Amino acid sequence: MSEARNVSRAVLEGPDIQRALTRIAHEIIERTKGAGNIVLLGIPTRGATLAARLGERIAQFGEVKAPVGSLDITMYRDDLRLRPARPLGRTELPPDGIDDRVVVLVDDVLFSGRTVRAALDALNDVGRPKAVQLATLVDRGHRELPIRADYVGKNLPTAKSEQVKVYLEEIDGRDAVVLIKREEDQ
Amino acid sequence: MRRHLISAADLSRDDATLILDTADELARVSDRSIKKLPTLRGRTVVNLFFEDSTRTRISFEAAAKRLSADVINFSAKGSSVSKGESLKDTALTLQAMGADAVVIRHSASGAPHRLANWVDGSVVNAGDGTHEHPTQALLDAFTMRRRLGTLEDRRVTIVGDVLHSRVARSNVLLLNTLGAQVTLVAPPTLLPVTVESWPCEVSYDLDAALPKSDVVMMLRVQSERMNAAYFPSAREYSRRYGLDRDRLARMPEDAIVMHPGPMNRGMEIAAEVADCARSTIVEQVANGVTIRMAVLYLLLGGETQ
Amino acid sequence: MTDYLIKGARILGGEPRDILIRDGLVAEVGGGLGGAGAAVIDADGLIALPGLVDLHTHLREPGREDAETVESGTRAAALGGFTAVHAMANTSPVADTAGVVEQVWRLGQEAGYCEVRPVGAVTAGLAGRQLAELGAMADSAAGVRVFSDDGMCVSDAVLMRRALEYVKAFDGVIAQHAQESRLTEGAQMNEGAVSGRLGLTGWPAVAEEAIISRDCLLAAHVGSRLHVCHVSTAGSVEIIRWAKSKGWNVTAEVTPHHLLLTDDLVERSPLGSYNPIYKVNPPLRTREDVEALRAGLADGTIDCVATDHAPHPVESKETEWSAAAMGMIGLETALSVVHAAMVETGLLDWAAVADRMSYRPARIGRVAGQGRPVEPGEAANLTLYDPAARTEVDPRGFASKSRNTPYEGLTLPGRVVATFLRGRPTVLEGKLA
Repeated sequence: MSEARNVSRAVLEGPDIQRALTRIAHEIIERTKGAGNIVLLGIPTRGATLAARLGERIAQFGEVKAPVGSLDITMYRDDLRLRPARPLGRTELPPDGIDDRVVVLVDDVLFSGRTVRAALDALNDVGRPKAVQLATLVDRGHRELPIRADYVGKNLPTAKSEQVKVYLEEIDGRDAVVLIKREEDQ
Repeated sequence: MRRHLISAADLSRDDATLILDTADELARVSDRSIKKLPTLRGRTVVNLFFEDSTRTRISFEAAAKRLSADVINFSAKGSSVSKGESLKDTALTLQAMGADAVVIRHSASGAPHRLANWVDGSVVNAGDGTHEHPTQALLDAFTMRRRLGTLEDRRVTIVGDVLHSRVARSNVLLLNTLGAQVTLVAPPTLLPVTVESWPCEVSYDLDAALPKSDVVMMLRVQSERMNAAYFPSAREYSRRYGLDRDRLARMPEDAIVMHPGPMNRGMEIAAEVADCARSTIVEQVANGVTIRMAVLYLLLGGETQ
Repeated sequence: MTDYLIKGARILGGEPRDILIRDGLVAEVGGGLGGAGAAVIDADGLIALPGLVDLHTHLREPGREDAETVESGTRAAALGGFTAVHAMANTSPVADTAGVVEQVWRLGQEAGYCEVRPVGAVTAGLAGRQLAELGAMADSAAGVRVFSDDGMCVSDAVLMRRALEYVKAFDGVIAQHAQESRLTEGAQMNEGAVSGRLGLTGWPAVAEEAIISRDCLLAAHVGSRLHVCHVSTAGSVEIIRWAKSKGWNVTAEVTPHHLLLTDDLVERSPLGSYNPIYKVNPPLRTREDVEALRAGLADGTIDCVATDHAPHPVESKETEWSAAAMGMIGLETALSVVHAAMVETGLLDWAAVADRMSYRPARIGRVAGQGRPVEPGEAANLTLYDPAARTEVDPRGFASKSRNTPYEGLTLPGRVVATFLRGRPTVLEGKLA
């Protein structure tokens, strides 16, 4: 009889995450020509935390205050009927809204692309941005939709059966990205 | 959550809190210009109303439409039901149409329980006889939580025709689940004989209860009750159990006044009390749509059980 | 006519005996009987009881033959071990004339499964305004002795007094459905904690007890016989006990369902909430009432068990609670329910069961040749019962045309194996003969 067990391995530690976010912040400032017209919208739960961190860095490096908000995409998911109804996350737009702004969506892991697809739909119902960009801490591949990230913290080659978990200080008490693999023991 | 919402007793504290939390998020949707969400696209919600209740029906209808569900309104008047079709046959018809949820309002206590035997979809009780009205209790709890922050240990006084009130039954159960302290105030004729077995306090004296209330909820009293000798006259009822300006003044300053509607102004509540700043009556209507969206989302938004 | 030799039956639960049935009579009772040419029935382990007598049966004919007929109802009765049933008067037309009671009586004779004793209405059309022709019904071929407006209460105190007085002329009895009508307007179930929670209009115990009190006093005042139908509350048992202690001529019955079931089944049961299968009049009461009814039946305050077998077509029960018909069928399960409620609990032995389900109801109804001991010379009205059997109630197997049993899916003790009506088997090996 074989037994399955989970083997997990940290692929990014705290300092790696800090460095990745710092780099993304610089890239955003560079690509948006000073980040003067952007809104950072994190996808709850961890994307919202990452958006807040990016906002702090952009304020520090770019000397502009980038409005930060969150965009819950639960009601727009295409896989709602595969699981019991889930609790909703918070949608919180900056007071000036997103119209004619460059919205940078922030998520922790980019995988199939379906979350981002849902986010684009959700965005459509709350305003009309000038452009939408995507920042992700980890891109683990296996896209099922024609979606790519503009800013990537780390490209992480994975098997489809593996799981990627992101831990953040504010929520989980530590910073780490962990790859979880199911191994069959003989 | 279970498959149906028939009684407030079906809700655990976690279930009820999830509904209120979901409604909190959905309330934000009501504030934006595009109020529609795509969540229930392709789902069918039937409003099966055997009793006239335009308020409740349009509230459910708005909730279902904001979630993009298809809505079929089935009113008993002018339909085959008025020609003697049984509830079971109506249920089988809805079943054949593929209703994912049936919202039922019926004059017979327990009709939603019976309906649930005959349809596969979710059954939502929109008021059954003198039994329950769980979404009314949820919207009341939601309104209280928004005004008072929490329900834990809050003192809620419910005044009026408890015997015939589905709103009172659902509220007592739900508020108790959520940790509030409920006091029922009514003339003894309008209380069930075994009310002492309910999870609440009972009093015949409104004036004694008012200073100890964070919420005073007035129930509609139908003047027909007078003819069945439940009380001598509308005037006497109003004098002993009506909420007027003097009584309002005896409530704590931050206490709120609620009424599930429709009101009998001048009977159980004075017009100036109904329209005052501490009255949540209009808010309750708006919150009704939000809470019903939350219920429909949680019942239909996930996998089909 | 075939002779039958029943081998080794325990009469009223006693030692095994043989019973020889010849020419419609119990010919011999004893050990090691030989009956030349008699059909032998092995009754090893079976209990022999006198044929059961039901004082309260709704056969629905004439008028509601979709729910039950005299034939289907008496087949059900035979399967339940009954050899006599009293057919209630609330038919359509009402059994308030000699013509209707004779028709019902003849239908019973023709069917041949059970002696059918029609009950005559007390008031014309059950309307509670004027007396029906009680004497004509008494003098008819049906020989009516029990009169009842069952389903309706004889509310008018003067009318009740006159009825009690009038039937003395022919040794009749008024069987009262005790229900104060104003206190039970729109009543749906027992008034108590459950009705309060479920928002169903209550049927308070006092509505029954007030009428029983009044009627006991009236019966005493005019020196008549009163029989109280389907007693359902602890208070009623107390009142009847008190009336009997005064030496008044009051008898009472209790239904099997009131001995076993309680009102909380309306709220929660394996058959669902608000299932009208539990809707019955008088309603199911509380556990305390059930205990008091059992004690009353055990000490003889309540004289007998009567089924109040009330068949209804499926559509009358497949509705919302308030729209459903009241009543449950009970003929085919009565003995098993009494077994469960009274015998297994040690409250009655089999001799007492014979007393409460055969002797006493026959005496109250003045049914000659029924409710007699299993002794030589008596009419061979007998029931053989297997107390060791256990059966899951499946209404699909019922002989009754209706299926409204509250016991569906319940496993009940015992099984009626054979029933003899005046020496002729109506049931053998648990099936209609």
